[in-house]
Order: sequence, then C-alpha cells, then structure tokens
Amino acid sequence: MDSKKSFWQRLFEQRYAYLFIAPVVILFSIFVLIPAVASFFLSFTKYNVISAPQWVGLENYRQIFFHDPRFWKALRNTGIYVLGVVPVGISLSLLIAVAINQKIRFKNFYKMIFFMPVVTSVVAYSVIWRWLFAGEKYGLINHWLIKLGASPVDWLMNPHWILPAIMIVSIWGGLGYNMFLLLAGLQTIPSTFYEAADIDGAGGWHKFWNITLPLLRPTLIFVAIMSVINSFQVFEQVYILTAGTGEGAGGVLDSALTIVSYLYEKGFQRFEFGAASAIAYILFAIIFLVTWFNLKVVRSRFEY
Amino acid sequence: MIYAFLTLGALTMAIPYVWMIVTSIKPIEEVQAYPPSFLVHHPTIAPYRELFSLLPMLRYLLNSLFVASTVTICNLFFCSLAGYAFAKHRFWGRDKIFLLLLSAIMIPYQVNLIPGFIIVKNLGWLNSFYALIVPNLAMVFGVFLCRQYIMSIPNDLIDMAKIDGCSEFGIYRVIILPLIKPALAALAIFTFLSQWNSFVWPLIVINTGNMRTAPLALSVLNSTFGLDFAMVMAGATVVTLPVLIVFFIPAEIYHLGHHYDWIERMKR
Repeated sequence: MDSKKSFWQRLFEQRYAYLFIAPVVILFSIFVLIPAVASFFLSFTKYNVISAPQWVGLENYRQIFFHDPRFWKALRNTGIYVLGVVPVGISLSLLIAVAINQKIRFKNFYKMIFFMPVVTSVVAYSVIWRWLFAGEKYGLINHWLIKLGASPVDWLMNPHWILPAIMIVSIWGGLGYNMFLLLAGLQTIPSTFYEAADIDGAGGWHKFWNITLPLLRPTLIFVAIMSVINSFQVFEQVYILTAGTGEGAGGVLDSALTIVSYLYEKGFQRFEFGAASAIAYILFAIIFLVTWFNLKVVRSRFEY
Repeated sequence: MIYAFLTLGALTMAIPYVWMIVTSIKPIEEVQAYPPSFLVHHPTIAPYRELFSLLPMLRYLLNSLFVASTVTICNLFFCSLAGYAFAKHRFWGRDKIFLLLLSAIMIPYQVNLIPGFIIVKNLGWLNSFYALIVPNLAMVFGVFLCRQYIMSIPNDLIDMAKIDGCSEFGIYRVIILPLIKPALAALAIFTFLSQWNSFVWPLIVINTGNMRTAPLALSVLNSTFGLDFAMVMAGATVVTLPVLIVFFIPAEIYHLGHHYDWIERMKR
C-alpha cells in the first residue's frame, strides 16, 4: 500500500470492502453486539417494559443467590440433567460411531437413521416422545414396561420421573449429532495403527482401548464441550414435555425447572427483565467457566 | 454382533417416527385401544382434516417456508459478500472486526433474548415477519464458512479479472460465487433447517394466531389439544416429514464435518 496516501484516502480506496461487510456488521451490531452489552446492564436494573429501567446495583444477583430457592432448584435440575445426558449420550454415540466405522454393509443407511433427529425440530420430536411417554397404559413405553413385567410409570406427572424422561429424549435426540462428530474424528485415525496392532495380534478391545480412544481424545473433548454447553441450555424439551402439568415453566413442583426455562418464565411470563438478564449472565458465566475448565485442565493433562 | 447392536439402535431411532405416522392415521378408538398396536385397521385422514380445519395449519407451514427461504437466500448473499471481503480484501480494522464477530460465538443465545425482544418491540415488529426474518439475515457462522472457503481461491484469479477491468462486484459475481457453490449449498441446507426448526425466538416475538411458525403451531397443539394424540401426531408429521424427505437426498449434509455444532446452535 502507498504510504504517502492519507488515512482517509486509503479508507476511500477500501470502500468496496466496507460496503461488502456492511450488511453483516450492521445486523450483527443491532441484534447481537448491542443486546449482549445491554443485557449486562439490564441485569443491574429493575425493568418490566412498562416503566423505565431502575438501577438497583447487585440486587438482582443477591435475590437470586440468597433468596430464591427456585433458582437453586433450577440449577440443581440442570446439573443433574448435564451429568446424566453428557456421559451417557457420548458413550452411546461413541459405540455407534465405532460400530458404523467398521467395514459393514448399509453404512449410509445406518448413518441416515441416526442422523434423523438432527434435522428434526426439537419441538416435533419432544411432542412425539410426550405421546410415547403418555401416562395411561395405551402409551407405548408403559405398554412395553408392563410387558417386561415392570409397573407403568406416570412419566410426565410424577416429579421423580419427568427429569429422566427429558434426559432420555435429549440423549436420543443428540446421538446422531455426536455420532457424526466422532465419526469424522475416527476417520482421521490412520489405518496403519490398526494394521500394526493386527500383526501384533491385538484383539478388538485392545485396539479400541489403546489406539482408538487415545487418538480420538481431541474429538472427544470437543464433543464433550459442545454437549455440556448445549445441555446447560436445555429448554424446548422441558417446555413441551411439561406443558400443562405445572404452575410455572418447570412442570409438577418445579421438578423439571431448568435454568433456561426459569429464565423464560421470569422474562416472558412475569416480565421481570432485570432478573431474567441476571439469570442469562449467570448461565453465561457457568458455561464460560465449564468450557474454560474443560479446555485448560482436561486438555493440558492429556497431550498426545 | 455389530449388526444386532446397530439394528437395535436404528430401531430406537426409527420407532418414534413410525409411531408418529401410525398414530396420525388412526381413528380415535384405535389410538386409545389397548394394547397399542403398530397395525392400523381402519386408516383415516380425519386427524389431518381436523388439524387443517381447527388451526390455520397451511398458513403456519407457509409462514415457516417463507421465513426460512428468505433468511436462507439473504444469508447466502450477505455472508458470501462479507466472507469475500474478509478473505481477499485488505482494509483497516479487518482482523479486529472479524475477531469481534467470532467472539460472539462464545455468548449463549439466551443473553440476547431479552434486549432483542425489547429492540424488536420498540421497532414495532412484534407479531410480524420482520421480527422473524431481519435479526437472522446475516449469521456469523455463514461469514466464517464463506471466508474459509474463499481463502483457498488463488489470488491470481482475482488479479486477472481486475486486469481485465472487472469491477469489484463483478469479481464477486463472476469468480467467487461460482467457485464457492459447495460451501453455499451446505450453508443453504442448514440455514434453512435451523430456521424451519427454530422455536425460542418465534415463541418470544410471536403471539397472535396468523403469524405462528410451524414449530410454534406444534407447541400450541401440544398445550391446547394435547390429549388428541392423533391430531398432534398429524401436526408433527406435516412439520417433520417434508424436511426429512427433502434433506436426506443431498449429500452435502454429510460433508460438513466439524461444523455440526453450528446446526445445534442455529436451531434455536
């Protein structure tokens, strides 16, 4: 670039570039950047749309942390959900990915079947599962439970079973997505490793434990992080499966209240925008910390 | 053994869909019959007729189709244009702006919901197509994908066109666009999918009858006609089946590799 030209001249020469990025930058500023910053400030105010926001300092956070048992309930439920969905979901999708990665017939057919929920709306498959879980004995799952000799469970109305039901739906819905990431990871492992192991006479289990798992670790960590982030944000499944069963957004006795469903209730049913923004930022902080922990601690401990 | 495991898994995946379709063509006596059966003795389209007469379901499906198509087309245009500038132009603040865009990935979408709602409300866009379309017109992921793809195009091609007197926009149209078709196809597929399946944002900005999108309609069906399972399953079928049929044909979807996390994110 010509250094003799002034800053403004150069800016003028680059006008096309600015023109090209303008739509994206403008839309991004209005609908992502400004909201993210505004949300932060809103979390220090009391605001209900009707009257102007009123600065209350840390009051929203103090209320949430020290005087709001429902927030803790939501946090606890979400924690249980994450601890259930992430390990089970990843283990199952790893098994499926390894199975599909073998030399098998109908490979693409299996891939397609497992991938179906990824292109299905979460609302749609939650609605289907709500019917599968239906309380009466003509519900399919309870019918099978009876056939297996177990007693039927009122999945949606029983405070002990609603959260596991939601976890089952989420694990089912997430399998295909995790499987595809893991499959992509598996395909980067050179086949020479397995050939060498074959010569040494290693069995399938040894190969999985000593070759596949260590070499897949970066992908596994990535999948785990994505899975944790998505699980902390669970909402649609809760919204659909608890519809009409409880007073608030969390089903019977808040038994399935999660952080985001609580945020939704606070923000868009009670219009406490300040408190809802505070919850949003707490969620942001949790996700940020968990991701940071995963990246720093888990990754640095196992380098290959 | 592998086949047994995979087949069991595939059955677990497929049964909810099969059950959805089977239930949607059952008369009410068979829906509540015991034991439940996958066989339908008297198939009927009554649940579908009920669905389309009780709710303006056709309108809802068209709403979703319109929103998803508009958002997809605009994203392809805006994202490829910006991606081209970020990949091949040198301008003041380029890397800083790009980094700012990327850093937004870290922010969970819930953080933007409330101010987004307030902005849309103040613009007077609640319950309108504007609210559904405008905030989604240019997704950062699309820019990122296009930029990565355009970076691999040799600069010589662009320089040659410049020497031949091609305008900046001409270069974009004649050289860049045809070369990034695979990336655009992938972007089109999952922008469309994410919009068709989008739920939380429409739930917040839409609350009148005619403007609902297909997933919102399903949610309303679920909460108000939740016990008429045949009709709810008919609703789930009309929302789910077209997408499954249309989107399993193109192979691009299998080649997205590590971009899958975006599908999940954009589904909101």
